[in-house]
Amino acid sequence: MKKVEAIIKPFKLDDVKQALNEMGITGMTISEVKGYGRQKGHKEIYRGAEYVVDFVPKVKMEIILDDAQVDAVVELIVKAANTGRIGDGKIFVTPVEQVIRVRTGERGTDAI
Amino acid sequence: MNSGDIAWMLTATALVMFMTPGLALFYGGLVRKKNVLGTIMHSFISLGVISILWVIYGYSMAFGTDVGGFVGGLNYLGLSGVGLEAGPYSETIPHILFAAFQLMFAIITPALITGAFAERMKFKAYLIFTVAWTTLVYFPVCHWVWGGGWLGEMGALDFAGGTVIHINSGVAALACALFLGKRLGYGTNAIAPHNVPMTVLGAGILWFGWFGFNAGSALAANESAAMALFVTQIAAGAGAVAWIIGEAFYQGKPTTLGAASGAVAGLVGITPAAGFVGPMGALIIGIGAGIICYFAVVAKSRLGYDDALDVVGIHGIGGLWGALATGLFATAAIGGVDGLFYGNPAQFGIQALGAVVTIVFSFVVTAAILKVIDVTVGLKVTPEEENQGLDISQHSEVGYTW
Repeated sequence: MKKVEAIIKPFKLDDVKQALNEMGITGMTISEVKGYGRQKGHKEIYRGAEYVVDFVPKVKMEIILDDAQVDAVVELIVKAANTGRIGDGKIFVTPVEQVIRVRTGERGTDAI
Repeated sequence: MNSGDIAWMLTATALVMFMTPGLALFYGGLVRKKNVLGTIMHSFISLGVISILWVIYGYSMAFGTDVGGFVGGLNYLGLSGVGLEAGPYSETIPHILFAAFQLMFAIITPALITGAFAERMKFKAYLIFTVAWTTLVYFPVCHWVWGGGWLGEMGALDFAGGTVIHINSGVAALACALFLGKRLGYGTNAIAPHNVPMTVLGAGILWFGWFGFNAGSALAANESAAMALFVTQIAAGAGAVAWIIGEAFYQGKPTTLGAASGAVAGLVGITPAAGFVGPMGALIIGIGAGIICYFAVVAKSRLGYDDALDVVGIHGIGGLWGALATGLFATAAIGGVDGLFYGNPAQFGIQALGAVVTIVFSFVVTAAILKVIDVTVGLKVTPEEENQGLDISQHSEVGYTW
């Protein structure tokens, strides 16, 4: 089992979610995060004092998948979240040791 | 007695009272989230503390029978003799109503100072400071100008408190900022407002209440009040526009916070002038306040002191501009006295003298008070408390649970 963690631009969330749903991916967790890579932040001015804010708002999606689905999902996210401009984000794939469904106690791929 | 005057003064009293929670929100939005309650508390509790002082001895010190031109006597201790009958400060409203109206000014003045030491003062020390400062600085200066003291006798014009309230608190704020020193991380870390909409709401409430502050200082429902209300509006609006024009040219963007700040600066500027100038004078006063106070705030970072919420730049400098501008633009047609531009240069001199003496007195006495409190109780919170925030460290409270 694998976790696919995708950092994407917030306004792309609906596009990515829709594409994943159409593919049959049944769930995900998202969080609102801040970050920066090459994309610059912005400047804020309060009463004559200037602040450079490096962090840019992003959305992090976490999806747990069967190993077999990973490549297709990654390719789908890349396509749906892409704008061609700096700051489109990154995807990380990591192994998952165990998955348990709280309601029933099921484990492993049955719990995904 | 005149029921029209009484009705208006009752209303004006309530309007000015509303300015203190308005100030609480204005300041509250400007600090970091972890300090929002501590900041609001400073203003809000003033409503209680100063009311108690006022009843016991404050009104007497400010408006009691003159002692040496410096302070009022104790003849009104416990508000004895201050009741339902009119006089001596107004023949058309009950004495107790005059005392109520003036109380609202006494409440908001120490609250203004709190912006200078925001985010780093011990609450216990703050309570002692506010009692000491109001007693030793506000009550005397109020007496000098309005209570029969030397400044009013000399002919200084201060319709609603440019000197008594704004120069006074602005200078005290400078003493506080210098004495307490900078906040941790000031100058290196970003310290930004956490809720600008709250600040703008506060500014709106202040603007609204200021109609009571200025027009109510006519002490009657009359022509003077009408003009005072109108010039208040003009100065506030002009101040907002002038500030954001200054911003746009100097820093590239007009900001909402700038508009709110400019409006307050304009209101400060017109405060001493409100019963003495006409609309065109108010326009110039408002524009002047917006530009001068904006650059005063910009200059602060160059000068290096941490006046957290710009009390010096807006109330101190704005009040000074207003006091001097009153000496320029006062016209007998409106308030019975001419200023420099109407052929009476002496008035400008009187205004300047009043401002200078108030500046020196307020600074020196405030510094002395700060020293005594620091040596006994300690003024500043510990670095750990400052990092944790006043809300938790001083009040065990959290402003927002999200």
